[in-house]
Order: sequence, then C-alpha cells, then structure tokens
Amino acid sequence: MTITITNIKRIGSDQTESVTIENGTIKGWNLPAEGETIDGQGGTVAPAFTELHAHLREPGQTEKEDLSSGLAAAAAGGYGTVVSMPNTSPVVDDPAIVRSLIQKAQGLGFARLRPAAALTRGQQGEALAELTYLKEAGAAMFTDDGRTNENARTLRLGLETAASLGMVVSVHAEDASLRADGVMNEGAVSEALGLPGNPAAAEAARVARDIEIVAGLHAQGRPARLHIQHLSTARALDLVREAKKRGLSVTCEVCPHHLTLTDEALRSFDAIYKVAPPLRTQADAEHLLEGLRDGSVDCLATDHAPHTRAEKERDLLEAPSGIAYIELAFPLMYTRFGESLGLERIIELMTTAPARVMGWPEPSLEAGAPADLVVLDLETERTVEPATFRSKAKFTPWAGESLKGWPLLTVVDGKVAYRRV
Amino acid sequence: MSAATTTTSARPRHLLDFTEWSPERLNAILDNADTMLQVLDRPVKKVPALQGMTVCTAFFESSTRTRTSFELAARRMSADVMTFAAGASSASKGESLRDTVEVLTQYKVDAYIVRHHAAGAAHLVARYSGKPVINAGDGRRAHPTQALLDAYTIRQEFGSLEGKTVAILGDVRHSRVARSNAELLPKLGAKVVLCGPATLLPAELGTLPGVTLTSDPQAAVRGAHAVMALRLQQERMGGGFLGSLQEYADTYQVNEGLMQEAESGAIVLHPGPMNRDVEISHEAADGPRSRILKQVENGQAIRMSVLYHLLVGRE
Ligand SMILES: [Zn+2]
Repeated sequence: MTITITNIKRIGSDQTESVTIENGTIKGWNLPAEGETIDGQGGTVAPAFTELHAHLREPGQTEKEDLSSGLAAAAAGGYGTVVSMPNTSPVVDDPAIVRSLIQKAQGLGFARLRPAAALTRGQQGEALAELTYLKEAGAAMFTDDGRTNENARTLRLGLETAASLGMVVSVHAEDASLRADGVMNEGAVSEALGLPGNPAAAEAARVARDIEIVAGLHAQGRPARLHIQHLSTARALDLVREAKKRGLSVTCEVCPHHLTLTDEALRSFDAIYKVAPPLRTQADAEHLLEGLRDGSVDCLATDHAPHTRAEKERDLLEAPSGIAYIELAFPLMYTRFGESLGLERIIELMTTAPARVMGWPEPSLEAGAPADLVVLDLETERTVEPATFRSKAKFTPWAGESLKGWPLLTVVDGKVAYRRV
Repeated sequence: MSAATTTTSARPRHLLDFTEWSPERLNAILDNADTMLQVLDRPVKKVPALQGMTVCTAFFESSTRTRTSFELAARRMSADVMTFAAGASSASKGESLRDTVEVLTQYKVDAYIVRHHAAGAAHLVARYSGKPVINAGDGRRAHPTQALLDAYTIRQEFGSLEGKTVAILGDVRHSRVARSNAELLPKLGAKVVLCGPATLLPAELGTLPGVTLTSDPQAAVRGAHAVMALRLQQERMGGGFLGSLQEYADTYQVNEGLMQEAESGAIVLHPGPMNRDVEISHEAADGPRSRILKQVENGQAIRMSVLYHLLVGRE
C-alpha cells in the first residue's frame, strides 16, 4: 500500500514538500507521487504522538470507553501509539488479556495499542503478577495505576523484577493515608468550599519513598526504572529533579490539565474538574511548566480517563475522578503554550520524550523510518465541540474554547488512521 | 452557572451560601423574621403568602429537625409541601443528581430545599432545576438558614450584631454551621473567633475577613457576646483527630467555668442535637444564658422569612 502526502512542511522547516509512504515505512521525501495522493493543505508534519497514559476501559467498562472509541479518539488527537492502563474489569494481570487486547486493536485501524499490565495480581498491591509472562505477551510496562502501591516492599520486588526484564514500572504516586477522603487539592479553596482536601504532601511523601527504593536498588547495581505518572505538585517535581541529579532512572510525566486548570475551577462544584491527583494551585502549574521547559519533566501524558456523563453529574464526593481529552491535547498545549514552550518542545514532549521514557526507538521522519506521522494545522482556530468527539466521553472542561493546532491527518503503520483532509 | 453571574446588588435567586448576599438583603430577612414571629404567636398560625405554590424538601441526607422546621415554615405560609427523601439510594442505584432533579421538576415544584452530604450539591440542584433553591446543609460547606437564625438570636439579645464577638468552639473542620456563620456574621458587623483542637481547625479559615482562629478556649471566649458549641461527632475519634472524648471535653467544653471569661450578658448557642457533657455541659445547656430552645423557635421564623423573600417579595 502506497500513499503520497503532498503540500506539507516538516516541523522546523518552511519548505513545502511531499512524503511517500510504502508498506508501513517512509519511502522518501519529494519523490514522484505514487498511490493514493492526499493534500496536506499546508500542514506541518511531525511523528505521530505517543500517549503513555490512557484509560480505554476495555475489558469490562465499555459504557465509558472501548478500544474502538478510545483508539479512534487517540488517532483523531494525532496519536500513533497508546499505552492503556490495566485498571479494567477484570484487571489486565493475565497474559491472555494482554494478547487479546493487542489482537483486537490491530484490526481496528486506529492508533496502535501497547497495553500496560498490572504490577500486582488484581492490582491488589500485595502479590506480584506474572511479569515475565506479561512481558512475553506484549505488555508495554507494569503499573497499578488507579491504585497507589501502599505496600513498599511489593513495589520494591516489582521494580527488581521489572529491572531484570528491562521494563519500566510506573506509579500513581500518592500516599493513600495522607490523601484520606480528599476530593480536591487541600488549601484555601477546599476550605472555603468545605470539601475534604488532598494535601500536596500526599504526592511528595510518596515520590520521596519511591525514589529511595530506586536509590537502594541502584546502589546494589540494579538500575530499576521508575516512571512517576501525572505529577501535580511543585515539591514532588523538585524531588524528581534531585533524583535525576543522583543519576537514578526516575522519569515523570505531567498532564496538560494540571498545567491549564487549578483548584479554583472546583468553585463551580462541577465534577468534570474532579481528577486524581487533583487540580492544584497556580504556583504548582507554573512550576510544572518550568519543569517542561528545563527538561526535569520527561514527557506529557493526558491520563485520558473517560466516564459516563451521568457519573460526572453526581456530586463531588460521589463522582469518579478523571478528565477525557485525548482528542484535543495537542491543540490545547499548542494554543496555551506554543509561545512559552515553543512548538518543537511540545512536539518533542509528545513524541521522542515518551519513547525515551519507555526505551523505545525514537520516532523519525527520515526515509526508512516507520510511517507513523501526524499532519497538524497550526493556523485555523476551531471551537471545541465535545459532541464531535470520537471518545464516548462527550464532555470536556474546554468545551466552547477556541483552539488551534488540530490534527488534519494521522498515519499509523503506513495507513490512514484519521483524516480531516 | 446562573448563581455566579448575578451581581451583588441584584436580589439573589437562591440561598446557597452568602456569597451573593449584601448586608442589606440579609438584614431585610432578619427584619422580616420579626413579623413571622408575630404570626407564630397568633391563634391561627397561618398566612396566605405562598398559597398555590409547592415547595419540595429534597433531603438526600436525613435530618428530621431541619426538615420539620422547613416544612412547618412552608405550611404556615400556606404552601403545599412535597417531601422527597432520597437518602443515598438514588445515587447508589447509579442515578445522577441531575437525573433526580430533572424528575422532580416534572412535579412543577416552585422551590427546593436541599440537604445533601456533599458540599456543592445545592449549587448543582440550582443549576439543574431552574427554580429557587434553599441550601438546608451541604456537606461541610454551608447551612445558611442555621447561620441566619443564629444571627437573629444574637440580634434579638443585643439589638444589633455591630461590634459583637461570637466564639464558635468545636469541630470547625467538619462544620457547615461554623463556615456559614464565619461567612455571615462579619457581613453583619460581628467578629468571629473559631476555636478547637488544631486538627479540627483548618488554618485557611483564618484568612476570611473578620475571622480569627485559636486553639485556646479561654482566649476565644474572652470578651465574647455569644458562645456557640458545635456538635462533636463521635466518629471523628476513629479519624485520629482527637486523643479522647474526655480530653476534648476537659479542654473545649462550653460550661459555666468557661463562660466566666465571656462578657457578663453573654449567651450560649448550640445548633443541636447536643452531646450533653461532651461539647456542652448540662448546666450551660439549660442555664439562664442558654438560648438553644429560642434558636429552634427563631429557626422557623427565619425559614418563613427566607421563603417569602425568595418566592414572593421579588421585584
Ligand atoms: Zn493515576
């Protein structure tokens, strides 16, 4: 299968070019057009994005999302690869589930699925899952996300095992006892609203503990790879900075919603703003943004966490946590931070950076590289209309906002996974 | 939401908390309660003000006292009353608050009185119902009619709240009564001192205008014109907030000894129901300074006044 995309600019260049794709790889640039020709409408080409943190809800919670809706949404957001979280029903702690998910996703023709598997059986945090078999089945990483690894010894054993397999363990770093019944950031806003708060220290204390576990293993010559998910506080980021200085394999991701929203949003009492970890303060958001700039934050991830509308229309204590916006992650980042971070850094944080965290080959647009790419319209402003989302979660905090940077075309494995052109 | 866009000079559509209520509006409610008290003293305790209207008490959390007070207030104004007691049942059946409210709106209700265990639930009902909503207590957030009846009771005693000091002792952290009073009383010219063990006294509340915090009960009560004891919930013990009930009672109980520190004419308040001899002593609860039963009577008048203000007295 051959496709030629014309009228596009490579990121970082002003030149209008064309690219030819054949059998899943980039054949070359500015060759005579072959196969199906697609007009890129002057868009900018980058490698397709990689999402390290999405909840696709299959198996078991398909009323919220399923592989088809979730991977279609990802492709519409410019993503070529998605790592799905294993906190499904049942939990992805069995090699057979990993295999069946990969197989099912392959037939869909949207973004590529790389399922994460549970670190512990049933994500119960006590007994390790069969990490060796899970890796063989195709698991991308191990995580108990959705839960918080209260048992430090089990996490340590998991990090040791994963290290021997060359795999990353990612963690939802939050001390559950400090979080207690908190449903939003603990601070002036939570007290004014009378809502139970979740202190910043719940995250920092857990990050500190996990870093010390990695440091201990490192000292024994076991370079375990710890990835901290959805970092939300300034102090936790400083701890990661120190860990990097110590030469530890500790990486972290930040979510656009923690950069663009603060706990002030909860004054609406709208559970659409309820996320875990919670929206923090403006100072935290600015500190995280600085971390994206200076490299101490490794990559962006959305923590795409769809729920049904009815669940989100409950009160703030009852409603589940999570925002779903994989379709507008790049437009949101580019519109808000295109000037302060720069287009190239944003693209890097969504392409090369997540690949580096995982130890995967770095994406490239050169001839011979896998044909995973996205064409972005950096000019046209479009209103966010949740009704048009591919995701089953058709609501978002940014509904009605005007954003630019929308994907025009996403190619995965040499095939069109999404197109607006 | 509609609530957030109303200006302070406009007449608020709901009583969710006091954010949009000016001191003038609040005083109008207190003034009107005088009239309502007179109605309650008549042989026929009924006026036709809300005739033909239906008021729904939607209690997602049970509270017989508050509901009775609201329902009587509505009936004395000749409104029809519809009782909806959801408990936690509809939520556990998976129905969202929005769905519940949308079903209730089909009964053509004219106003909602909402009690819910979650802060902000009354705001959501206001958003989805399109009718006036009175917050009858939402989580730890607010219980505005309770604060109004407290303010009214103090005003009855001293003629005005201007320059008065009100000490509130107990589990401030989990108290909607404390939060509502801390919001209301300074708007009416009073100072509020919140007092309790450090674990039950969120530091951020000290940033509210006219509000100070202390963990020293003597200091809190010194110079106070009204001293309010908050209900201490026994289950807080399991949360590790307190060493023991005995320790709490020995330190923070409102009793005759502590009241010696207050102004000579100071009164004792309690939102009820009381744990006698825990947060308040028998003697203080039943003594000459106590206005606890008066609060109950005033509560009905205040609720009549609020209903009148929201449903009839609109420009
Ligand atoms: Zn998480």
